[in-house]
Amino acid sequence: MGLKQNLHNLKEKYKGTKMAPAFNAIHTFLYLPNEVTHKGGTHIKAADDLKRTMNIVIMSLIPCLIFGMFNAGFQHYAAIDSSLRTDVLANFFTMDNLWIGIVKILPLVIVSYGIGLLVEFIFAVIKGHEVEEGYLVTGMLVPLIVPVDTPLWMLAVAVVFGVVIGKEVFGGTGMNILNPALTIRAFLFFAYPTWMSGDKVWVHDAVNRVGTPDAISGETILGSYAQNQEVVYSNWDMFMGFIPGSVGETSTLLILLGAAFLIFTKIGSWRIIVSTFLGAAVMGFIFNQVVAADIITESSKFYGLMNTVWWQHLLIGGLAFGAVFMATDPVTASQTNKGKWIYGFLIGFISIMIRVFNPAYPEGVFLAILLMNVFAPTIDHYVVQGNVKKRLKRTKVKTA
Amino acid sequence: MSKDIRIKKGLDIKLVGEAEKNTTDISLSSVYAVKPEDFHGIIPKLVAKEGAEVKAGDTLFYSKGDERILFPSPVSGKVVEVIRGARRKVLTVKIAADTTQVYKDFGTKNADIMSAEEVKCHLFTSGCWPFVKQRPYDVVASPNQAPKAIFISAYASAPLAADLDYTLAGKEAELQAAVTAISKLTEGKVHVSVAANSNSPLSGLKGIELHKVSGPHPSGNVSTQIAQIDPINKGEVVWVVNPQDLIVIGELFLTGKLNVTRTIALTGSQFSKPQYVTAIAGATVSDITANNLEDNNTRIISGNVLSGKEVKADEFLGYYDNQITAIPEGNDYEFFGWNKPIFNKISASRALTFSWLTPKKKYDLNTNTNGEHRAFVVTGSYEQVFPLDIYPMQLLKAFMYKDLDEMEALGGYEVAPEDFALTEFICVSKQPHQQIIREGLDLMREELG
Repeated sequence: MGLKQNLHNLKEKYKGTKMAPAFNAIHTFLYLPNEVTHKGGTHIKAADDLKRTMNIVIMSLIPCLIFGMFNAGFQHYAAIDSSLRTDVLANFFTMDNLWIGIVKILPLVIVSYGIGLLVEFIFAVIKGHEVEEGYLVTGMLVPLIVPVDTPLWMLAVAVVFGVVIGKEVFGGTGMNILNPALTIRAFLFFAYPTWMSGDKVWVHDAVNRVGTPDAISGETILGSYAQNQEVVYSNWDMFMGFIPGSVGETSTLLILLGAAFLIFTKIGSWRIIVSTFLGAAVMGFIFNQVVAADIITESSKFYGLMNTVWWQHLLIGGLAFGAVFMATDPVTASQTNKGKWIYGFLIGFISIMIRVFNPAYPEGVFLAILLMNVFAPTIDHYVVQGNVKKRLKRTKVKTA
Repeated sequence: MSKDIRIKKGLDIKLVGEAEKNTTDISLSSVYAVKPEDFHGIIPKLVAKEGAEVKAGDTLFYSKGDERILFPSPVSGKVVEVIRGARRKVLTVKIAADTTQVYKDFGTKNADIMSAEEVKCHLFTSGCWPFVKQRPYDVVASPNQAPKAIFISAYASAPLAADLDYTLAGKEAELQAAVTAISKLTEGKVHVSVAANSNSPLSGLKGIELHKVSGPHPSGNVSTQIAQIDPINKGEVVWVVNPQDLIVIGELFLTGKLNVTRTIALTGSQFSKPQYVTAIAGATVSDITANNLEDNNTRIISGNVLSGKEVKADEFLGYYDNQITAIPEGNDYEFFGWNKPIFNKISASRALTFSWLTPKKKYDLNTNTNGEHRAFVVTGSYEQVFPLDIYPMQLLKAFMYKDLDEMEALGGYEVAPEDFALTEFICVSKQPHQQIIREGLDLMREELG
């Protein structure tokens, strides 16, 4: 085997040098390494490694990415000619739509991966550790949670910030406190708020056309609700994802498909996914009751979102995407099974709370997840203490 | 009275090469060896110098920590070589065996009429004490603290483990003598666990509390059973004896001879005829595996694939082991091995791995790590194969950052390295769990006593 042998020789040549991690990263991408089990451990190992795990998550994201490409084009053309919305299915999967997706979204993916992996490689070479796989998922998540027209340089700056501050300063994959993809998203949101919110950024070309006769607009559903406006989209549109929003987060159907895949392969935590939806539903339901009890009136600025039927909250905005792909990041989530229930529930609960009480930017999901990332170790601490107390009690019963 | 133990969490690793139930007598090896590293935590002081003539049962070395604990020669012959390592630490004592074996006579004893102290002394002088191990720390028992109970697991659930019902068959008398003797050493009970529907020779013993165990591996691990029957608390000690060692103790009481002949399972896909053989502890591996191994690229393991030790053909059978496993080495690259669907390896997930489709299939696994070492990332998977009421990842991390308070609080007294074999097997980050636990337990023993 020519290639295999040549790569093996190169690996031996680079061994111990600065560039070894960079070479190994590419080598192990092609070939599962020839490493065997060491002394003092099990002599056999199960089939999965971290690369495989991460690969499963990427696979579950692909449908959202492809759908997002079509949707980018569709929202653009539908904003110009709203008659397209009368027969969505006929006008959605067209080459014109896909072309806009390819032109706008593929560069986002390429920049996200290119810059992010470059930073990873640099850190790996400087610090002399292997290039770790965490960014493979982050790099795919990032383009899916930004508006379609996000300038590439902004994305590049944010990725550098997110990877360095969100992850590498803590020691790399597995050590970080905050979800790196959300750190990138948060950086973009706070550094360039005009590009990340409002009614212009969600549809391709809307920003450029401001003030021209061809001006178009694309308010998200959350934006409309937050301003107590009528929402023009049906529940069907919301579930299928034919609505404006960040690139990959609109289709609840495909997100649930991804969730099903993650749960089936035992990679994603079903506890977190279920409890996040549950927490969101409970909070939404509470707000519905507040409206039903006439505690607030229609003139209230919170009325639109409070009156949103609780199950509709689960379909709109980034909640589903956050619950399935962001909250489940095992490094930043709670690590105990009990803790996962609490963690997920609070994410859903707080997401809807932020959504309702922050009409200026009604997308609370990423803030809620980042907040709970910070609290996850605390939740785990108390769960683990429960186990410790049980053990202490057992000792006391004995000695008493 | 028997109390049933049912384990739900765990994983049975089904491998090719189960030992066929017929036993061949292996002729005497020319060289035997006793390695102090088999007795973890013991610092050896050599007694039998190079050139000394020993009988089977004569002391080779004793423990520096407790001079009563003696380590005997398994055969009679001449000490031909003492291999020393750094700081002149004794690594191996090699004995060239006589063609006709001479046993040191310790005299026949009737355990029924012996006191605890007499039994103890007899075990010390005959070199049988090392068969008694203790929890916490999984080391040779300290004779100074009486155990609250003694545990014997006669159910081996590890992959390809020797079938104890088969290897112990017909040894009821020895087992009874040994159980009678060691039961004197505790105020508490002697707990014996057997497989749920087995006809183990141990189930008929007197003076024991019998438990029937069912469920996937690690249901046969003694820690799993202790946790179900009578968990270890801080300050408590339990003792553990392997059933195959009970036979040696029993034979000592009945005949006055120390005879560490064992029935050993030769298992794994690299054996052309996986079967049982009888051999003496410390025998040369190549004598046991002669004319039976398939090809050169083979890993030979004294013990099972999860917790055994790698040995070369010219090395020796471990002192406690009743199994030799041979599996192919996995020192080759696999093109796109990290993302293509996998049918020929075991996995606890379903990440394009399909072992969940064929739960009955037997696999021929090699020693490849199937991935590189990484930080802990995935959570929640260890719990599925870990039946103890302990948070495995949290305990491992505490053991890694060596916080003694946490190590103690999270259950460090209740575990042995072998309990973390399955979590190590399924670990996506390929962390060395058993090594982490072993080093942590050594630290606890040093600091907390």
